[in-house]
Amino acid sequence: MASSRDDFVIAIRSAFLKKSYQQKFSLLTLIFLSLTILLLGSFNFKVIQYIKIGIKEVVYRSSFVVSIPENYVKKLNFQLKDHLNLYENYKKNEVLLDDLRKKKLTNEFLVLENEKLRNLINESVKSEDIYAKVLVDKDSPYLKSIVLNKGSKNNVKLGMAIVDDSYLVGKIIEVNYTNSRALLLSDLNSKIPVLLEPLNIHAVLSGTGKNYGIIEFTKEEYDKKVNNNEIIVYTSGYGGLFKPGLPVGKIINNANLKKNIVNFFSDFGQLDYVRIVSYEIGSGN
Amino acid sequence: MSSLNKNNFLRSLMFYFPTLVLFLAVLNEIDLNYLEIEYFSFNFVYILIFYWTLKNPHYLSYGSIFIAGLVNDVVTGLPIGISSLCYLLICAVTAYLRNITLRPNFMNDWLSLLVTILLVNSIQVMSLDLIFSIDVNYMRYSINSGFTFVFYPLFLFLFNNLEKKIKTQKND
Repeated sequence: MASSRDDFVIAIRSAFLKKSYQQKFSLLTLIFLSLTILLLGSFNFKVIQYIKIGIKEVVYRSSFVVSIPENYVKKLNFQLKDHLNLYENYKKNEVLLDDLRKKKLTNEFLVLENEKLRNLINESVKSEDIYAKVLVDKDSPYLKSIVLNKGSKNNVKLGMAIVDDSYLVGKIIEVNYTNSRALLLSDLNSKIPVLLEPLNIHAVLSGTGKNYGIIEFTKEEYDKKVNNNEIIVYTSGYGGLFKPGLPVGKIINNANLKKNIVNFFSDFGQLDYVRIVSYEIGSGN
Repeated sequence: MSSLNKNNFLRSLMFYFPTLVLFLAVLNEIDLNYLEIEYFSFNFVYILIFYWTLKNPHYLSYGSIFIAGLVNDVVTGLPIGISSLCYLLICAVTAYLRNITLRPNFMNDWLSLLVTILLVNSIQVMSLDLIFSIDVNYMRYSINSGFTFVFYPLFLFLFNNLEKKIKTQKND
């Protein structure tokens, strides 16, 4: 009994402490080092933060370079698909263009009216855009995020909105000197205040870790209303984080999930360039 | 002379191949650990580390595994140090297995991998959920662990062949 325990102890000691052939560090040293980094990182220890920023600067660029061949193949695949669907897409776009021309006239009128009404209450919305390239869009089971090539050097700040064309895709959650990371709306940890139009219902849009979001924190009676209508989800501007009125997605009633799921307007897998938007609401009062 | 240099280069390239693959796996945007296919993903890095540290630890140093873990954390956006810890725990298990095993056996290795993955993923999930308050999908972790276990024999076959090639190059 005692000898088997001794064997176990010897095996453990040998596994953790012995530096085998070509190993410069023992396992125990490195395990302690990882634990130290992990713990100090969780307490926002300054030295670790600086090391983190340094590593991130190098790793993001390296990851971008390493991923060039793969991204090239990915792009080629999309181009090929586009070419194959050219005629079909042309026919669809023709109908869509006709529809959009009609809507544009109404839209122009509404924009002017909105501007006039804002002037009446002495309110103005100023926004600034920073254009950024997506360096890394590696999906992970833990975090749906993208790395952008603009950082604190370009006045990027935490919480800024990320917009693809005119659709909201996420917000900045980490800023380094020359790059930053944005959390996508589809991430499990993403929660943003939204407005469901035309019902005028305020709600919270949560990410699911998949390619869609779900509407949370609405009363049951609202859920019933949502079920039978075509609803567009916009940012509500509550909390002051996002500019109000940014289109996010469309609600689709999913019978399998028994939930109202939000199909995002933007395809998060194909983001190349995005806008980092900061805004300010000026009031005359 | 030039062919001699070429041979030397090839030999050292083959020797560092596992390390190279490890860094490509953590740096590249193709993540086998997350293939965007519902109910299918496996952790290639776990298999790679488990195989090479168990069979031939001198091809993959603990230092490079530690650094690869840090790189993986940065790329995937995890708290820095967590992947390194998980990778090193796999190394600890394989080092222990090496010490207690006299006659290596495929079934033992395979079952040990399952226990190791379950242990490492449990530690990772608990740290992420309880310490860092990051929501994680438990089902995805379970599926990932299952497929990592299932795919081991396939990679074992590939890595065994690769190891033979490396040894042949070394002896030439």
